[in-house]
Amino acid sequence: MPVVMDADRIGRTLARIAHEIVERNKGVDDLALVGVRTRGVPIAKRLARALKEITGHDVPTGALDITLYRDDLMRHAVGPQPQVRRTEIQFSIDNRKILLVDDVLYTGRTTRAALDALIDYGRPKGIQLIVLVDRGHRELPIKADYVGKNLPTSPEESVQVRLLEIDGQDEVVLEGGAA
Amino acid sequence: MTTASTEVDRKPAVTALRHKDLLGIGDLTSDEIALVLDTAEAMKEVGTRPIKKVPALRGKTVVNLFFEPSTRTRTSFEIAEKRLSADTLNVAIGTSSVVKGETLADTALNLEAMSPDMIVLRHSSSGACHLLSRICRSAIINAGDGMHEHPTQALLDAFTIRERKKQLNGLKVAIIGDLLHSRVLRSNIQLLTKMGAQVWVCGPPTLIPTDIRRFGVIATSSVDEAVADADVVMLLRIQLERMEGAYFPSLREYFRVFGMTEARLQRAKPDVMIMHPGPMNRGVEIASEVADGPYSVILEQVANGVAVRMAVLYLLAGGAEHEEAA
Repeated sequence: MPVVMDADRIGRTLARIAHEIVERNKGVDDLALVGVRTRGVPIAKRLARALKEITGHDVPTGALDITLYRDDLMRHAVGPQPQVRRTEIQFSIDNRKILLVDDVLYTGRTTRAALDALIDYGRPKGIQLIVLVDRGHRELPIKADYVGKNLPTSPEESVQVRLLEIDGQDEVVLEGGAA
Repeated sequence: MTTASTEVDRKPAVTALRHKDLLGIGDLTSDEIALVLDTAEAMKEVGTRPIKKVPALRGKTVVNLFFEPSTRTRTSFEIAEKRLSADTLNVAIGTSSVVKGETLADTALNLEAMSPDMIVLRHSSSGACHLLSRICRSAIINAGDGMHEHPTQALLDAFTIRERKKQLNGLKVAIIGDLLHSRVLRSNIQLLTKMGAQVWVCGPPTLIPTDIRRFGVIATSSVDEAVADADVVMLLRIQLERMEGAYFPSLREYFRVFGMTEARLQRAKPDVMIMHPGPMNRGVEIASEVADGPYSVILEQVANGVAVRMAVLYLLAGGAEHEEAA
C-alpha cells in the first residue's frame, strides 16, 4: 500500500494552503472555515491554527454534516440509512467568504451536497473549496480552489486519508486497484 | 458528551433498526434506542436553522392516521415529516369512511393502495399497529395504541432526560399517576429499565396493574417513597375517558394524596426534572406551581418530540440492517 503523503508532507501542504488563503483573500477578514464531516473537520481546525499563526487573527470554524443532503439517500431499495451527525456552525454565514474543507475530492457529489447544505444556513458572499487530495473522476462540474495534492487514480483504487485526531496518525494511502 | 465530540465522533454500536416498523419499545434493543437518541441530536439542530428543512425524505409519502384525538403527537409528527421534506397526508376519523362503518384493516388497505411509504397510526385499541404491520408493506409507526404502547413519547422523554442528565443509567425515575390506563407508562418503563435506570411507579392501588413488577420496576402507593431522592419525577394524566368504574373517590381526594406539589417535591434531588406527557390536568395529578415551576421540562419535552420523530422517520425510511442488499 503506497503512502502518498506522510505526516511531514501533510503538515507542509496545509501550511502552504494557509498562505495561499491569505494571499488570495488579502487577509482573513470575513473568512470562515467549514469542515465536511468527518475528516474535513480536523483539517479545517488545523488550517484555522495556521491562519492564526500567520495573521494573528482567529477564523471562525464549523462542522457540516451532509448526510441529509446526499443524492443517494433514498435510491437504495433497502439498506440501512447512513448515520446522521450534528452540524455545528456557531456563526452567521451571511456575507462571509466560506472556505469549505474536505479530505478527498472525487465525484464531486459530496461537495454538491455540502453546497446545498451550506446555502440553507444563509447567503455567503462566496464559497471556496479546499481539499487535501484531488483524485479526479468528477461526475459533476465542480473544481477545488486549493488542492493539497493532485493524485491520479483509477476508479478501482481507494484513497484513505488518516488524521491524528481521528485515526491516531497522519498519512494518505492509495489502496487497491491492479497493482 | 456530544458537544465535545466534534473531532472524534462516537461510533454507534448499531447503524440501523432491525424492524421495518416501530410498534413498541419492547422490540428495540438498548443499542437501537441509543441510535435513535443520537440521530435525534443531529435532527434537533435542523430545528435551529433559519431554513428548518432538509431534503432527506423528498418524494416519500407519510400518512398520519389518527383514530383518537391528539394535538401534540399529530402536529409533532406532521412538523417532523415536513422538516424532512416528506409529503404528508392527515386522515382524521370525523371526516373518514370510518364513520360509514369501514374497518381499520379496510381503511389501511385502501390507503396502502395509494402506496404511501409510512403510516403513523394512533388507535384506541391495543395491538392496532401490529394488525396493520402484518397487512401493510408500508412502515408502521405507533403513535399510541390503546393501553399498550406509545414508543415515540418514551423516546422523547429519554432524549429530554439524557440531554439534562447526560445519561440514563443509574437514575431514579418516579412515575406517578394513572398507571393502569397508560401506554406512556408501558413504553417508558421498558425503555428506562433497558437503559439502566431505576424506575419507581406510584399510584392508587386500584390503578396499579397487577403484573407491573415483571417489568423490573418498584411499585408503591406512597408518593413520598417514590419521590425520595428521585432524579426525575414523571406525572401521568388521570384518564377519566378510559375509566369504567370508580378507581378513587374524587379528583380532589386524588390530588390531596397523589398530586405533585412543591412540598412533596422537597424530598427529590435538588436538580430533579418534572415531566408530563400531556395533556395535563392541573390540580389533579400536578399543581400549577409545579407545572410552571423551575424544575418543569414539560415544554422541552414537546420541543424534543419533533427531533425524536424526525429521527424515527429517517431511520425507518431506509431498509432494515438484515435486509441490506449486497
